[in-house]
Amino acid sequence: MADNIPKKPDYKLIGQNYVLPDLVAKVTGRAKYAEDFRAEGMLFARLLLSPLPHARIRKIDASAALAMPGVVAILTGEDVPKPQQPPGGDAAQRPNTVPEVALATEPLYQGEPIAAVAAIDELTAAEAIEKIKVEYEPLPFVVDPMVTLRPGGPNPRAEGNIWRPPQVQEFKIPAAAVKDLDEGRIPFLEDTPIRWQVGDVDAGFKNADYVLDETIVHQSTGHQPMEPRTAMAMWRNGKLLLYGSTQSVARTVANVAQWVGIPEKDVVVISEYTGGGFGGKIPGAQTMAIPALLAKKTGRPVQMRISREEENYIGRARTGIHMRVKIGFRKDGRITAMDMCVIGDCGPYANQGDAGTVGSTATALYNPESIRFRGVSVLTNTPPRVSQRAPGGEQASTMLEPMISKAARHLGVDQVAIRKINAPITGTEFGPPPAAAAGGGRGAGAAAPAATAASGGRAGAPGGPPAVAQPQPAEQGRATGRGQQAAGQVPGQQPVAAAAPAGGAPRRAFFTSAYLREALDKGAELFKWEERKLRNGQRIGTKVTGVGVGVGTFTAGSIAMDGLLLVRPDGKLCVQTGIGNLGTGSVHDCSRVAAEVLNFPWEKTEVVWGDTSKNLAWSSPQAGSQTIHAHTRANHAAAMDMKQKLQEIAAKKLGGSPASYSVANERVSGPGGGLTFAQAAQEAIKLGGKYDGHEVSDDLNAMTKTSAAALAGQGLMGVARDNYGRKGNTQTWVASFAEIEVDVETGEYRLVDYCAVADCGTVINPRGLAAQIHGGGVQGFGQIKSQKWVYDQRYGVSLANRFHYNKPPTILDIPLQEMLWAAVEIPDPQTPVGAKGIGEPAIAAGAAAAICALNAAIGDDYLRRTPATPSMIMASLDAKKRVDEGLVTHV
Amino acid sequence: MATIHDVMPAFELFQPASVADTLSLLDRHRKSVWVLAGGLDTFDWLKDRNKRPQVVIDLSGVTELSGIKSTADGGLEIGATTSLTEIANHADVKAKFGLLAHAAGLVASPQIRNQGTLGGNVSQDTRCWYYRSGWTCYRAGGNICYADTPTSINREHAIFDASRCVAVNPSDTAPALVALDAQMVIRNASGERVVPAEEFFIGPSTDITRMTVMLPGDLLTSIRVPATWANAKFYFEKVRDRQVWDFPLVNVASALKISGGKIDQARVVVNAVAAHPMRLRNVEAALAGKTQNEETATMAGEMAVQGAQPLAHNGYKIPLMRNLVRRAIRAEATS
Repeated sequence: MADNIPKKPDYKLIGQNYVLPDLVAKVTGRAKYAEDFRAEGMLFARLLLSPLPHARIRKIDASAALAMPGVVAILTGEDVPKPQQPPGGDAAQRPNTVPEVALATEPLYQGEPIAAVAAIDELTAAEAIEKIKVEYEPLPFVVDPMVTLRPGGPNPRAEGNIWRPPQVQEFKIPAAAVKDLDEGRIPFLEDTPIRWQVGDVDAGFKNADYVLDETIVHQSTGHQPMEPRTAMAMWRNGKLLLYGSTQSVARTVANVAQWVGIPEKDVVVISEYTGGGFGGKIPGAQTMAIPALLAKKTGRPVQMRISREEENYIGRARTGIHMRVKIGFRKDGRITAMDMCVIGDCGPYANQGDAGTVGSTATALYNPESIRFRGVSVLTNTPPRVSQRAPGGEQASTMLEPMISKAARHLGVDQVAIRKINAPITGTEFGPPPAAAAGGGRGAGAAAPAATAASGGRAGAPGGPPAVAQPQPAEQGRATGRGQQAAGQVPGQQPVAAAAPAGGAPRRAFFTSAYLREALDKGAELFKWEERKLRNGQRIGTKVTGVGVGVGTFTAGSIAMDGLLLVRPDGKLCVQTGIGNLGTGSVHDCSRVAAEVLNFPWEKTEVVWGDTSKNLAWSSPQAGSQTIHAHTRANHAAAMDMKQKLQEIAAKKLGGSPASYSVANERVSGPGGGLTFAQAAQEAIKLGGKYDGHEVSDDLNAMTKTSAAALAGQGLMGVARDNYGRKGNTQTWVASFAEIEVDVETGEYRLVDYCAVADCGTVINPRGLAAQIHGGGVQGFGQIKSQKWVYDQRYGVSLANRFHYNKPPTILDIPLQEMLWAAVEIPDPQTPVGAKGIGEPAIAAGAAAAICALNAAIGDDYLRRTPATPSMIMASLDAKKRVDEGLVTHV
Repeated sequence: MATIHDVMPAFELFQPASVADTLSLLDRHRKSVWVLAGGLDTFDWLKDRNKRPQVVIDLSGVTELSGIKSTADGGLEIGATTSLTEIANHADVKAKFGLLAHAAGLVASPQIRNQGTLGGNVSQDTRCWYYRSGWTCYRAGGNICYADTPTSINREHAIFDASRCVAVNPSDTAPALVALDAQMVIRNASGERVVPAEEFFIGPSTDITRMTVMLPGDLLTSIRVPATWANAKFYFEKVRDRQVWDFPLVNVASALKISGGKIDQARVVVNAVAAHPMRLRNVEAALAGKTQNEETATMAGEMAVQGAQPLAHNGYKIPLMRNLVRRAIRAEATS
């Protein structure tokens, strides 16, 4: 195996720490976030939110509001374009989705915007909103998925309460299974929209030495980025200039166009800095349409700031999960069978794939010898769910890892060892069998960890529907056609048989590289696991120590994006990138690859980003941990194109063959002498054609072509689509270790120490990587410890709307000592630079390690839901049995 | 009227420089006036437009309200607008009344302690999320308690002394001040009155719309901590979900006078279990004359929670309060 691992090249920039070019602007406050933009004559907008969880708006009387001095315009649901329904099929077959729009006429959750007022200042707008009279027709509502699933339970929408793609339908738990609910168990439901099986599950359980059967509840949690999704809009010469807070820049244009109802060519998105999104701002936000439409209506620029409370509603949330899981283990800890039934709460609008992803993540974590999976996405009248950092992956680790820990303790197997014996390796197949992935499972998101293949990644091309929010399942055929290597065979593991017959039949998705075992080994060494695990259960006074391991995994990269580079006649290298600057640094990290390939000084490299009028390349969404993979590839491709052109220009000018010229130190040199980059750029302009961008490859995305055409003639252009291809799916793993101290007389606990190791391929920027690994870990502690999402079921209203109620983790909730980290640093063999994404799996590993450490201290049978609050621990320890809210959600 | 939050309504702002001016402003505008100290309680109310005073009096310019000075009897007088950080770090407070320094140092977060004042911390309104969301409950002048219905989420609410309203007092310094027999100095246009801390805080059965005895026109000017409990054996503990920026699930403040291993006198006060800090007089009486040991501590803990009435989601407060009181009395307890 070691022979297949590419040797680490001798990089100059890749793998080195550097000062991000936007750092000074950020720390000095010069960086302009959406709220910092001002324009002449700008108006301010504020929102009127629905006080009811479900209602039809009969009438809005804004006459008193509009009569107020300083009030300029009002916008309601009637003024907002409805995004097109997906075309095709007869009406009965067409998805009966209710598309989420900026302002609702039938609000489906409390806090959904229903009207907006533009006025000369926010105070006037707020006073005007108080004068608006709304007549509501209250409609049935439900905020708890377990309530709507009960026979006779209310439905959140007229069409039903679950997603059976492409339809919303009614689904009730059979009367015979209600007893399970009453006893706090999720039944193993039949006829769920997502159903698949790999291997012989019944035999797997028969062969098991130990079987666990548990019901676990994972809460929904708000995304809570530091910057709320403010937007400012103005119209210039028929074009919309939208200054917004978005994770992705290139991939926000199509969505804004849809929400505002204008062609994409008329949209300019400006977003130089974004204060985090965690998945909640992948393509921007529906609310961007409001200032845009108000600006159109009033003929003046309009800014709409979003408050923290509004962010709590429209800022979206992670899907809450109810899971029943049965796991069979052999004596050595190897998992012989898993049987899962997963219910995901996806809010009132689109189907959100977390429930299905929990199943495929289970296979990516444990490669079980057999698995049966059943999943369903339930609708509720609560804010829309959308991908939040490792959507489905975080829930899988947080809910399953404590079960693995419990089994290890029962079987007397070391916690690191049990995770190693079940770990996948390079080539291991995962997820549903091909038939399920390609059929009904696809829409259900069952194969969500699969990375974006060419077609999926380009679904958001101009003219198509809004850009996909997260990676779509890979084309199985594509992976199969190229992937001839055998499924990864892990020592100690029996081959895992796919349900589909072998020999020419489509394979399941498989991993391009997987070094979880190496991550576990490295982490165990760094954390001194062998020494530290002896402290487990140690009690000093009332404080008991627990140490735990947790693993997390998530999809880590798409392919087939574009890179666009320009060497100007002054010799500067410009990287034109459509990546959003969402706080991860990837906009710059990926650009470093272009300078690396061209052996060009980083100080003279200019990254052009954050404004779609600045001729940027088509980009992946900044989601699904795709970017570092997709855009190190795309920039590599563009830089190789530029290198080739430099060699050709030198050969033309100075004689000899292009291959005899080399590129380094801002020069292309060879037998006939050399040219500086500046001279080469001037030559390129003289030569025209492909050299200065007048001719570009036809396989580029339309956005890249438009940008290239605008830059043509300004210098030497390097531009290419990433056609490197790949065999398999790119996936990253993180192994985390935590030590926790619990006060058994109060239930209070604190994280004493933490360490995490990532298998994310080549390290591009160590400092940035550390921030992702530990940022994710800390967010994970919040998921299991303090962060809350609370509803009163009688009124269907959110209660924890402020930071001091919903409690995300703070800097003082992390260990006092420095938290260690490392990377496995084995490059992924299926991508030229070898880098895999890292944005997501660390939250899963962090949450899992912390909760496993907590269980190690207090016992394995007290905690079956998140957050594990001191109150729950106190009540359970006092009663010497589990005391919690059972299956009730949003508590 | 449609509801909108997060935009502070307009009001008339006064920034007096003396207590005398403040009192005359309070008197003149007593129908609709709001006193602003650190702003941590105030700005939530104002920004959410759930309280709409016509006049706000900002105390930040009244320098005579801030500072800590020794009194002739060996105690301290702490100005109402003295910051919590100053109290937590003050040498005399730490030396004699470590209980208060400890409690002040556990309030919220470092930033909030820099801004927040002692007077504000003891005068703050409850954090019941139904009430603070603007629901017209008993405390807001309505006729229902939304936190005490079959579907209410009331993990943070009261296990004692509920009377229609089940909200709790969230202050960390309040139980410490009650334990120390602190005296609250209140002035208004007609003069000054001094109220013992224990009587300063009131429950819903006294007045469901207020947390303290303060009436319109009143100004809390200082808090006197007498020498009575100086250098007693103190214990303060606060249990919370996060390690910072959190109100107590339950907190406990105790002061013991011990001689020869026996407890001569005790003060034990618990907060966040009722609408006012609860002084446990029965426990105090039972402790007098007892040897300080595990048995006595256990007895105190058990006695402390007698009569507690949990709501749907706050049953954990009973063992938590019991254990906190037990720890406060234990011999090895260190504050």
